[in-house]
Amino acid sequence: MTSELMTVNFGPQHPSTHGVFRLRITLDGETVVALEPIFGYLHRGSEKLAEERTFTQVITLTDRMDYTSAMTNNQAYVLSCEKLMEVRAPVRAQYLRVISAELSRIASHLIGTGFLINDLGAFITPLMYCFRERERILDLFEMLCGARITLTYMRVGGVFQETPSEFWPALESFLTDMEYRLDEYESLLTENEILLSRTKGVSPITTDQALNASITGPILRSTGLNWDLRVVDPYEIYNRLKFEIPIGENGDNFDRYLVRINEMRQSISIIKQCIEQIEPGEIRLDLPFLIRPDSGEAYGRVESPKGELGFYLISDGSISPYRCKVRPPSLINLTLLDEMLVGWKVADMIVTLGSLDFNMGEVDR
Amino acid sequence: MIRQLNSNEIIKLLGKDFDYLQTNQNNQELFVSRDILKSVTSLLKNNPDASFNLLTCISGVDYIEYFQVVYHLTSTHHKHSCIIKVNLFGRNDLFCPSVYDLWQGADFQEREIWDLLGIYFEGHPNMKRIFLWDGFEGYPLRRDYLEAPR
Repeated sequence: MTSELMTVNFGPQHPSTHGVFRLRITLDGETVVALEPIFGYLHRGSEKLAEERTFTQVITLTDRMDYTSAMTNNQAYVLSCEKLMEVRAPVRAQYLRVISAELSRIASHLIGTGFLINDLGAFITPLMYCFRERERILDLFEMLCGARITLTYMRVGGVFQETPSEFWPALESFLTDMEYRLDEYESLLTENEILLSRTKGVSPITTDQALNASITGPILRSTGLNWDLRVVDPYEIYNRLKFEIPIGENGDNFDRYLVRINEMRQSISIIKQCIEQIEPGEIRLDLPFLIRPDSGEAYGRVESPKGELGFYLISDGSISPYRCKVRPPSLINLTLLDEMLVGWKVADMIVTLGSLDFNMGEVDR
Repeated sequence: MIRQLNSNEIIKLLGKDFDYLQTNQNNQELFVSRDILKSVTSLLKNNPDASFNLLTCISGVDYIEYFQVVYHLTSTHHKHSCIIKVNLFGRNDLFCPSVYDLWQGADFQEREIWDLLGIYFEGHPNMKRIFLWDGFEGYPLRRDYLEAPR
C-alpha cells in the first residue's frame, strides 16, 4: 500500500543531526524514498581565512574544524607544514603528538558512541557515561596546553610546551580506568538485544561502494578493508608501535559501532607503548617566529577519528599560505547518504546518521 | 608506505597513446589538458597495474593567470599515489570535465569547487552550490574576491 508522499525538513535544528545538518526528505508513510542533504549552516570560510593568517596562526583555525578531536586536526596541519618545509619534529615531540592524537581519538569515538546510543532511544544515560570519560581526557588536555576544546597544542616543528609533572600519573590512571570502562560499556551494549536488533544489518555498504565514494576511516574499515594510514603510510613514530587495526565484516551500523569500540582499545595500547618508549629531549625545533617556507606545495594526511584528514598547502614564499585546502573526511563520508538511507524507516535513518559520526564543524568549515 | 609515482611512471601506466606527454623533467605531478583528462583518469582507474580506486582529494587553486584543478589519487591495491593537474585559463565561464562517473566521491568536492571558485564541472548530475545559497554573487575563494564592506 502506498500513501501520498510527504516532504519534510529534518534539521537544521534537530538533536540527532549532531550540529546544523539539514536533510530534505521525502517520505512514503514512514519510509524514506528520497533525500537531499543541505550544508552550509556552519560555513565560516576557514580556507579563505587561512590565506590571510601566518602559518602558525592557521593552527587555531584547524581547532575549529572537527571540534571533537582538535589534536588530530592540529597534527594534520603541522605535518603538512613540515612536509612543505622538509623538516621533522624532535622525537619526543612526535611521541607527545601521538599520545595526544590518540587521546583525541578516544574522546571523539566516545562522543560518536554516546550519541549513537542516544539516537537509539537510550536517552542521555549512556551519553553521560561516555562524557564522564571524555571529561578526564579534556582535563589531561588542560594540563598539556591550558585549553580543553580549542587546543592549538601542536606547533610547526614540535609541540607548544613540555608536559607538567602531574600529567603522567593522571594519564596512567586514566588509561587503567578506561580499560575497565570499555569492558563496562561492552557488557552494557555490545550484546544488548535492543542494540543488536536496531543496528545489525541496517544500512550496510560494501567495500567497493565505500572506496568508490572516497569513504575512509572507521566506516571503510567496517566493510572489511584493512586501510588505516597509521599503518599503510606511517607518519610520526607509528612504525615503532605495534597495534592491530580492527575491521568489520558487513559494513552495517553495528560494525561501525564495534570498530570504534575496538579502536579505542587499540589507542589505549598505543599510548601505553608511547609511555614506555618516550625519552627526555627537545620538544620543538628552533624555527623563526614567522615561518616562510620556500614556494612549493605539499599534501599531508593523517588518520583522524573520522577518516583521512588531509591538508593541501601551497606556499609562495610569504608568511601565509597561498592556498590551504582541507580534505574533510566528515563531508566526503556523507557521499553515500542516498544508498544508505533510501528504503529505510525514519527511525533507522536517525541511527545511521549517528553511526556515520560526522561533525558539522568539519563538513562546512 | 604509500609510494608517490612521478610523471614518467604515470605516463608509463597510461600506455603508448600518451607517450607524447613525456618530458625530460621528472615532475612529481602529471599535467594534462582538460580534453584528455577523462581518458587519462579512466585509464588510471581501470588499468589493473594502476588501479587508482580511491579519489583522495580534488582541489581548486586560483593562480591569477590561470586556475588549476588538482587530483590526488591513491590505489589501495598497489599502495601508490599520484597527482594529476589540469590548468584552466581565463577567469569567466570556466569548465572542466567531471570525474563523477568514475569516482562517486567527486560529488561534494566538485560542488565545493564550483561554489567557492566558480569552476563548472561538466557531466556532474547535481552541479549546484553546496555551502553558499543560490543567488550568492561571486566566488569567495578567488584571489580577486572583495569582502563586503564591514
